[in-house]
Amino acid sequence: MSIDEYNGSAIVAMTGKDCVAIATDTRFGVQRTTITTDFERVHKMGPTLYVAMSGLVTDAYTVAARLKYRLNLYELRENRPVNPKVFVSMVSNLLYERRFGPYFSTPVVAGLDPTSGKPFIAGFDCIGDPTIGTDFVTDGTSGEQLMGMCEAFWRPDLNKDELFEAISQSLLNAQDRDSYAGWGAQVYIIEKDKVTKKILKARKD
Amino acid sequence: MDFSIGIKGQDYVILAEDMNAAHSIILNQQDHTKMLDLNDHLLLARTGELGDGVQCAEYLQKNIQLYQLRNGYEMRSNAAANYIRKYLADSIRSQEPMNVNILLAAYDTISKEPQLYYIDYMGSMATVPFAAHGHGALFSLGIIDRYYSRSMSRDEALSVLKKCIVELKKRFIVNYTSFNVQVVDSQGIHQLDRIVA
Repeated sequence: MSIDEYNGSAIVAMTGKDCVAIATDTRFGVQRTTITTDFERVHKMGPTLYVAMSGLVTDAYTVAARLKYRLNLYELRENRPVNPKVFVSMVSNLLYERRFGPYFSTPVVAGLDPTSGKPFIAGFDCIGDPTIGTDFVTDGTSGEQLMGMCEAFWRPDLNKDELFEAISQSLLNAQDRDSYAGWGAQVYIIEKDKVTKKILKARKD
Repeated sequence: MDFSIGIKGQDYVILAEDMNAAHSIILNQQDHTKMLDLNDHLLLARTGELGDGVQCAEYLQKNIQLYQLRNGYEMRSNAAANYIRKYLADSIRSQEPMNVNILLAAYDTISKEPQLYYIDYMGSMATVPFAAHGHGALFSLGIIDRYYSRSMSRDEALSVLKKCIVELKKRFIVNYTSFNVQVVDSQGIHQLDRIVA
């Protein structure tokens, strides 16, 4: 039993044309036992910047809280919403501080650049190595399954409805092949002027 | 081998726990109370290491009381839950981690909502309609899944609780003689009759 599989999660972020989507499962489990099926993994970091945390739930909470703290201070000093690239550096720095006793939780960032509106997604390893994605980024115990599904469904310049379909199907089918993730799914579609949260009908097993 | 269980209704949260105090194969006490009032509307049930549980619960209780003394108002349920979570999250990476799993029953007097928090020994936290800790959880959760509804009355919740206890009596190897039951609502924390298995 690996510490990364103690709680279980499925997280995917995808880019579209002037929009991004981030989707997660909603299971909170402790090894084989499911505790709750409406667990929120996605945290809002800015009007068009969202972060989803995978892995060990206690560290997911801690990292999200510490990130929000640093982000709030940044925005108070700079008086503007943070740029996703800068945010990635912030995340990377926070995780690397624990290089020899890491957080067992990795964030997936999805957002739009506040000025240009360009889609932006990024994934990390547990010590902060950032991967800025061009198409999609996956994480969690279903990471590999999600990679395969996304490769099949993603294509460039998806509009927001096509993006929603692609990310939803990728998530639902990938998490069905993972016993530690699933029990519900939700998608956030992030556009320049609004963010829509949709709850998917998923297999509850 | 501890067991605690919580069920949340429209305006109440019922918490119950076993009353065994055991060390290895020896049962020291069969009427040991492990629940603690953190303030007028916060009730903590703990499972895990007995000594850690006492230290942890009392430390949290005193600090939550201190907040109230300093500020003049009760610590809200969400704040208390996050405070407890952080305490356990810091503890897990310290030299001597606390081995305590917590169920926190709360009534938020401002939003007028009951809350039940599941917090495990590492600091993972979730807001839940019902939850249980310990091996007994494996037997109980399915039963509550079957009979639970958010609008159930206190008597209905107690009858579901009794169903779980009957199941534990029948199929769980550890013998729990009695269960301590308390309820949190807008009026505060109340002791209910012990359930004798």
